[in-house]
Amino acid sequence: MADTKALYQEVILDHNRKPRNYGVIEDATHRAEGHNPLCGDHLTLTLKVDGDTVGSIGFTGESCAICKASASMMTAAVKGKTRGDAETLVTEFREMATGTLDYEKTPHHLGRLTVFAGVRDLPTRVKCAILPWHTLHAALNSVASTSTEAEDDPMHAPIGDAS
Amino acid sequence: MTAIPTPLKAHASTALDVKRVRADFPILRTQVGGKPLVYLDNAASSQMPQPVIDRLVRYQQTEHANIHRGVHHLSEVATGAYEEARRKVQRFINAREEREVIFTSGTTEGINLVMHGYGRKFIGKDDEIILTTLEHHSNIVPWQMLAQEKGAKLRVVPINDAGELLVDEYEKLFNERTKFVAIMHVSNALGTINPIKPMIDFAHARGVPVLVDGAQAAPHLPVDVQELDCEFYAFSGHKLCGPTGIGILYGKAAVLERMQPFKGGGDMILSVSFEKTTYNTIPHKFEAGTPPIAAAIGLGAAIDYLSAIGMDKIAAHEVDLLNYATEQVNGMPGVRVIGTAEKKAAVLSFAIEGVHPHDVGTILNQDGIAIRTGHHCAQPVMQRFKVPATSRASFAFYNSMAEVDALIAGIRNVQKVFA
Repeated sequence: MADTKALYQEVILDHNRKPRNYGVIEDATHRAEGHNPLCGDHLTLTLKVDGDTVGSIGFTGESCAICKASASMMTAAVKGKTRGDAETLVTEFREMATGTLDYEKTPHHLGRLTVFAGVRDLPTRVKCAILPWHTLHAALNSVASTSTEAEDDPMHAPIGDAS
Repeated sequence: MTAIPTPLKAHASTALDVKRVRADFPILRTQVGGKPLVYLDNAASSQMPQPVIDRLVRYQQTEHANIHRGVHHLSEVATGAYEEARRKVQRFINAREEREVIFTSGTTEGINLVMHGYGRKFIGKDDEIILTTLEHHSNIVPWQMLAQEKGAKLRVVPINDAGELLVDEYEKLFNERTKFVAIMHVSNALGTINPIKPMIDFAHARGVPVLVDGAQAAPHLPVDVQELDCEFYAFSGHKLCGPTGIGILYGKAAVLERMQPFKGGGDMILSVSFEKTTYNTIPHKFEAGTPPIAAAIGLGAAIDYLSAIGMDKIAAHEVDLLNYATEQVNGMPGVRVIGTAEKKAAVLSFAIEGVHPHDVGTILNQDGIAIRTGHHCAQPVMQRFKVPATSRASFAFYNSMAEVDALIAGIRNVQKVFA
């Protein structure tokens, strides 16, 4: 339980209150939307990639505190990094959040992102923390939208007018 | 339907002895992170009292065998207990005949059974099915599937900002193509108790049958299916202190007899050959294969337990809890109740300004408080209120006023964390 209490520590609350890089990048070269249909987290990522470096990055959207803080810290972490380094962070963050990375023993590049480690004890919140990173991966690989759930063919039942 | 009393002030319930009742529920003594469990997620599932647990154990220890087929002693005992459970359900909902009570795996299966057994046989191209904005996905998706398959159309009754159905809009939806109405009795997301009796009467005057989703109603209010006169009424065992995996579909005998079966297999047939198979009579026509025998008997025991307390007493205590909780929440700045219908069951959906429901639920959980956060399988309702999700506390007769106090303190704590 100690880690879950720590999850709402000052760092996360701070990033939730004052998210970094919140906004739309005007001359974006890459963009993706991320959606968690199960809880309603939704965010849009825009980034400008200069050569091999993430020049600028911004996010907008409605989401829970975990997701928003994760997105905020993510944008701060990858800005100025190469695409390769950004993808490494995506993998390491996902592994930390799902408990497959022992972040205290194994070397990694997560730095202050380890503050999200507690989410691995809250399986229902893991997707909230991972969504921004999932979306970053999609953006870097030019996939327009991504969801935490698999996409199926939607059903279309004709709906009559209300009147 | 009996009017639910709505006292203006919270008062200690003289009718229901909550402390006595809580002693029957071992799980209520659970500790969560060193704090006592405050279980306020009863709309999702209810807890099981010791007498029902004991009945399940006794069945497995002394009575179990497969039913209906054997001539040996245990088979007769098990069959007797299973059919006795059916009669208990019949009495609980005042069905005219026991053969109108079908055991299912839950409300969702019951609705799917009606979609397949009635809908696929009698509803066709350009026919219209009336639903409401309040419906749980289990009473939307089967009808969407049917509409897609047949080229039929769904018409949706809107709600007002309090979460009440607009009954005059419902009436306007009817035309000569209307072939079915599917409505929930009590909203799991908002707590609204719908005026289903006049809505059923209106449909019947136009020759249209009605299915009622009673999942949130049967555990909390007295239900009389003859008085309601609906063609179908579905509910789940685990929401009224019974085991999971069992539910009830009530159907009028004349309608059930005209329906095609849902699942094919053993028990639902009279005779089988590769040339021709004849179906069994009701209810067995809709009970293919070995049923959840133990669970059905457990449901019967749960009904005994609730009936011994009295559904009226249960409803009255829950109204007290709801009114007390609502009063408290209404006095808290930054917290908004979602679902303010005049007639409500003990469900309190709320929103804390600036805090996402998932964060609310996680922080309350740290205090041992179990609520549900999300769309409650009612995404259309959420969309209507322009929220992705709500936080929902749902009460049962074994919740106490002290637990409401704990919830209120918990909400204050959430606001403090996010201040």
